[in-house]
Amino acid sequence: EDAEGERLRLSAGAAPQGRLLCGPGLRRSGAGLLVTTCGLLRHRPGGGGAFWVDSQQKRYVPVKGDHVIGIVTAKAGDVFRLDVGGSEPASLSYLAFEGATKRNRPNVQVGDLIYGQFVVANKDMEPEMVCIDSSGKSSGMGIIGQDGFLFKVSLGLIRKLLAPKCEIIQELSQLYPFELVIGMNGRIWVKAKTVQQTLIIVNILEACEYMTAEQRKQALAKLSGN
Amino acid sequence: PGDTSVLAGLYGPAEAKVSKELPDRAALEVLLRPKVGLPGVLERSREQLLRQTCEAVVLGVLHPRTAISLVLQVLSDAGSLLSCCLNAACMALLDAGLPLTALFCGVTCALQPDGTILLDPTARQEQEARAILTFAIASSERKVLMATTKGSCSVEEMQQCLAAAQRAATTIFQFYRNSVRRRYSK
Repeated sequence: EDAEGERLRLSAGAAPQGRLLCGPGLRRSGAGLLVTTCGLLRHRPGGGGAFWVDSQQKRYVPVKGDHVIGIVTAKAGDVFRLDVGGSEPASLSYLAFEGATKRNRPNVQVGDLIYGQFVVANKDMEPEMVCIDSSGKSSGMGIIGQDGFLFKVSLGLIRKLLAPKCEIIQELSQLYPFELVIGMNGRIWVKAKTVQQTLIIVNILEACEYMTAEQRKQALAKLSGN
Repeated sequence: PGDTSVLAGLYGPAEAKVSKELPDRAALEVLLRPKVGLPGVLERSREQLLRQTCEAVVLGVLHPRTAISLVLQVLSDAGSLLSCCLNAACMALLDAGLPLTALFCGVTCALQPDGTILLDPTARQEQEARAILTFAIASSERKVLMATTKGSCSVEEMQQCLAAAQRAATTIFQFYRNSVRRRYSK
């Protein structure tokens, strides 16, 4: 764990062979690396070796390739403006949906929720999103259906939920069946059979940030006992 | 010590107004609200000092055409207010995860009429002192980011105060580290 602006010396275990990947939270400065955010330093030995800093934030900064949930705020000609929680609205062309042609336009209204990924996202340009992947298939992206509940959590919780074999999701799926869409911009959309079940899931997910694993198991046991 | 408290809130990088956006870096703005009354000239000058200190550490080039707003609300004032604001600003920047090149902390020194140096004086000690110096000290090699003086003192006395402040800065950085560690241990 590190403060910032400190000169780090890599431990002897990290053999610097070949190229070392520098992830979020680290910057190259001169001959060494500078830590720019506070958090836990993580290391992945696979491939060429990667270092990054795991930090907790609530504000999202668009990154290319991230899957996010956006809210349509305006239709400007051929392009939709989406609010993704960053510093400027993202743009989404109406042709970037599966099976969309000039004659066959997708039915998108202002206020709809869209799940897509960034194809352009750097600090100098306006971010652009698409709802198809590189082969032209939608693979789960597109307009999110009616009903359901959208809420915002911190980015650290999102990363925890998106990790493979996340315990929270497994435990929740034993409670009730539900649909879940997780956006890397901190937004989660949930839909269960009744409004009450949806709200229960929302409350558990929001509280997961501050609960330890035992507290969570206790809360879920209390709920499934009812 | 212990009675001055400032609440800091940081918002950003958010959309900036076209009149305020800078093409190559983030536009940082600081708002300082006193406990009672409307913000006056003293608050404005402190806001500018804080803004220049923060701009020196924040990597604004990573977020061009955005606005970063820091809002500080004084909850209680019992002396050493400016350094309390500096510490609150640094913790807010840390907590929000904004990219920084270094951390900074604020230390106030009061120079008594008999020449002794008091660190982090209370309001009464500030009034009796001959001069009050506030330093913002960076975490990398304890460099001085900002220095402001009220009253008069000689150059040697200022050097002595600076050395004492740099030593005190270590304690404050340790406090930052402990707070962050507690937060990430959950």
